[in-house]
Amino acid sequence: MGAGDFRSVEELLKAHGKPPREVYLDCENSPWVPPEVIDAMLPYFNTIGYGNPLITHKAGWEAYEAYRRALIQIARPINADPQQFIITHSGTEANNLAIKGYVLANKDKGRKIVVSEIEHLSVIFTAEYLKNCGFEVVKVPVDAEGFIDLEKLADIVDRETILVSIMLVNHEIGTIEPLREAVEVVKDKNPDVVFHTDAADAYGKIKFDVEKLGVDMVSLSARKIYGPRGVGALYVREGIRLEKLIHGQISIEELWPGVENVPLVMGFAKASELIFKDFDRNVSHMRKLRDMLIDGILSSIPYTFLNGPKGDRRAPDNVNISFLYCEGEAMVIELSTHGVYVSSGSACASRMLEPSHVLLAIGRKFEEVHGSLLMKVTPYHTVEDIKYVLEVLPKAVERIRSISALKPEGD
Amino acid sequence: MPTKRIPLPYSPKVLEYFRNPKNLGPLEDASVVAMAGSPACGDMIAIYLKVNDESEIIEKATFESYGCAANIAAASVMTEMITGKTLKEAWNLTWKDLSDALGGLPSIKFHCGILAVGALRRAIREYYRKKGKNPDWLPEDLTKEEKMALEEEELVKRLQKRYERMLKRGE
Ligand SMILES: Cc1ncc(COP(=O)(O)O)c(C=O)c1O
Repeated sequence: MGAGDFRSVEELLKAHGKPPREVYLDCENSPWVPPEVIDAMLPYFNTIGYGNPLITHKAGWEAYEAYRRALIQIARPINADPQQFIITHSGTEANNLAIKGYVLANKDKGRKIVVSEIEHLSVIFTAEYLKNCGFEVVKVPVDAEGFIDLEKLADIVDRETILVSIMLVNHEIGTIEPLREAVEVVKDKNPDVVFHTDAADAYGKIKFDVEKLGVDMVSLSARKIYGPRGVGALYVREGIRLEKLIHGQISIEELWPGVENVPLVMGFAKASELIFKDFDRNVSHMRKLRDMLIDGILSSIPYTFLNGPKGDRRAPDNVNISFLYCEGEAMVIELSTHGVYVSSGSACASRMLEPSHVLLAIGRKFEEVHGSLLMKVTPYHTVEDIKYVLEVLPKAVERIRSISALKPEGD
Repeated sequence: MPTKRIPLPYSPKVLEYFRNPKNLGPLEDASVVAMAGSPACGDMIAIYLKVNDESEIIEKATFESYGCAANIAAASVMTEMITGKTLKEAWNLTWKDLSDALGGLPSIKFHCGILAVGALRRAIREYYRKKGKNPDWLPEDLTKEEKMALEEEELVKRLQKRYERMLKRGE
């Protein structure tokens, strides 16, 4: 690390100042958690159910009962058996457990793993890890809107294939994948293949049913529905064997040792309850704000285009737009100074200097990726919030473009 | 190996230059202009110099930057630092000087300083090439900063080709 790497940013924050109005549109990277969810968690630290759910005393039984009810709440909206869930400490861990856990426990059945090009990095990197361990990994391509190529999928899946992992909703461009068709294609080619779906960004945003989809494993993450960070879940169909990946003292979860974090699980359940209680209203509200934001930007700012599909085939909360002649990190900071918090697929903004693999996979050019902004609306945003963003954004883009060495031809 | 991910703790100076960049925009009567980086890198700097042909003093320097906040700040602070300097003095400016002037760049952003210096040195070489001059202090071989700017440009071209091949294979 260089000298500048671990310095305090207190001075930077002072220079940044507190903007007059703040709109947080970066729920992709970390949630804004509503007070109801916080309230649901707090008692479980020191008032009720603060015991270890495995221990036979009152504080433990209370914890167990809370945990049990939380599982029922999390499972019911997707018609899954609550007993078939493993609570993990993140969506990342759920994906790791599903993929590594299944492949390592079933390696005698075959060597081939199939994932899509646009999976979350917790799937992509897990698959790449297994590739380094000697398994064959094949990525299914997607079209310009991010829909997986079902014909290619049929070509790829064979007798050697043991696991397919394709997400239900893409977290960056909002594509709702034709998952039922994908499961059919896969099981048609090889009925023994286990089908995993990362539904972290689908849960609470679109209606789905584990049975109707025909999937075998489903990953969830609490933070994607405005629950706390650091808690996820994996649904595993009965009869599927997974290898244990971490080892230690077992409390409730056989496959995920360590004492269960009951307060966070309660937060997950509350977040689930809130999003599903008024599901239709939440979704139509998000859709309205989403389209207001997309249409507002595309109509008022030149040299912009939408990444991902439009309308009903797009997740209700997802807005991803490329602004040509603008670099993403510069825009993120400019917007921050005006109190609008977003993220970018730009290489600079990623901190790894790698542009978004999702945008590259749908065929975007590097400079289109560098100028992309990802914004997520939530049921908690208002029309006023979006109006404010639409007021600030054109000015921000104009200023960044005025600095830019890259200009539209003829300008 | 550090066990933590590299964070992006900018100094307040970077934010200051980002918000109020000095010497921004093309220079109408520039003696020379040079670029480094590319749109594909997400990092591109243009440097404009107005040079007094007799004294070889840089009378005015401006920049444009397609890039992140560090990129903008590095280019802007550099134009301030070289104004009033001879070309030879400007040539000796290093990316570390820029980083220091900005209160220290995070290591992941060192390349922004390197790119700015790379663009400046290209401009100085181009100035002498146009004048048909070859001062004895000007090295024939590319300097570290120029090489690194070139490497970044080449690297991203290769990355882009790899992705194009990958997408074609997918079709
Ligand atoms: C599609 C998808 N999968 C997995 C994850 C990982 O979840 P977590 O942050 O809980 O590890 C996310 C989080 O952004 C996601 O969007």
